[in-house]
Amino acid sequence: MTGSLMTDIRYLAPHTLDEAVSAYADAAGAARILAGGTDLLVQMRSGMISPGLILDIKKISELTEISETPEGGFRVGAAVSGAVLAEHPTFGKVWPGVLEALNLIGSTQIQGRASAGGNLCNGSPAGDSVPAMIAAGATVTVQGPGGRRDIPVEAVPVGPGRTNLAPGEILVSFTLPPRAPGSSDAYLRMIPRTEMDIAVVGCGVNLSMKDGVCTAARVALGAVAPTVVLVEDAAKALIGSKLDDAALEAAATACRAACHPIDDKRGTIVYRTKVAGVLLKRTAGIAADRAGRS
Amino acid sequence: MAKLHVSTTVNGEPSEFLCEASDTMLDVLRGPLGLTGSKEGCATGDCGACSVTLDGRLVCACLMLAVEADGAEIETIEGMSQGEKLHPLQQKFLELAALQCGICTPGMLVAAKSLLEQNMNPTETEVRYWLAGNLCRCTGYDKIVHAVLDTAAEMREAAR
Repeated sequence: MTGSLMTDIRYLAPHTLDEAVSAYADAAGAARILAGGTDLLVQMRSGMISPGLILDIKKISELTEISETPEGGFRVGAAVSGAVLAEHPTFGKVWPGVLEALNLIGSTQIQGRASAGGNLCNGSPAGDSVPAMIAAGATVTVQGPGGRRDIPVEAVPVGPGRTNLAPGEILVSFTLPPRAPGSSDAYLRMIPRTEMDIAVVGCGVNLSMKDGVCTAARVALGAVAPTVVLVEDAAKALIGSKLDDAALEAAATACRAACHPIDDKRGTIVYRTKVAGVLLKRTAGIAADRAGRS
Repeated sequence: MAKLHVSTTVNGEPSEFLCEASDTMLDVLRGPLGLTGSKEGCATGDCGACSVTLDGRLVCACLMLAVEADGAEIETIEGMSQGEKLHPLQQKFLELAALQCGICTPGMLVAAKSLLEQNMNPTETEVRYWLAGNLCRCTGYDKIVHAVLDTAAEMREAAR
């Protein structure tokens, strides 16, 4: 016996969102949502949290489905695992940056369980899927005792481990907008190893190209501030340009200016700030190549 | 608090057990079910020594609640050989000495089997990335990777 995590914990796996919201609200802060569990079980084991109720949301179809919206976008259930999203026939072709960001998290085993919803709600500034989702212009649907609301992904995190979700609110799904022709996205992170590490800096870029000119762009950075940040000045520097060196340098400067990182064993403030600019240039290049640069 | 009753399938056989809500699948496999082939290395999903499949998908048993097995199918290292007949991966690991202390081996084998079930012809890079979540402190990985590649080649030949 390897020892149980905790005693006197209840487990519920409701089949409807209404039941889940009701149970979550009734637990008044003592409950934790279980999607893939790759953060939750580690936090329970370390004694960081001791929930009174574990609410497994994977039996609710809306939270585990991937569908195309009538407008031509995608809706991805909050509990869809990285492996399942990777197996979708078209998602990765339309949103390669979002998919590569989610698929960078952990090992094959982790990919079998970990979800974009969990990555967002865990609230880490270094969560890989979050900059990519913000760059994509994704919104999330949340449902709580007061009903449903849609908010941009960038409005969810408020600090390390903290989100804007109100008490009793559950993250239901991500909605990714329809794509204009000549659009693509990319995500790169800097880690000292080649795999299985936490981002020192992460960068998501989503852009549209027409006749060699960037017509729309969104840029987000991870691990350089208390939350993932949308860098609007970097997008402005790209839009209207041919992604020439001057435009990329201006965008990189905006990225460096958006950095308010910590010094830790993974990287210093100076290093993270410098790398943010480097990653912007590389990531924008990949996104533009995928978009066809035309 | 009353224990939870779980009905599941382990290595093709119906199985029932009682558990606490907080028990991990690994706790129950190694405890009540007596299947000690899955190892606890880190208990935080970093080492892969507890790799099993849940409805065909590779996961860490330490990062899964036992109660989540209800109605699901679990495959462990104990289900890999058919009686005395070793799985080709197990045979190849022995032939190529792709193990030393053996703690990581069950997880390596379960993970490698899962790879070959979806990709019969992986490149070395694909093998290395697929097994990146399975840590081995003895072998330096080369023999493990070669064993997986050799097994894949033999299984492809056998399937022709």
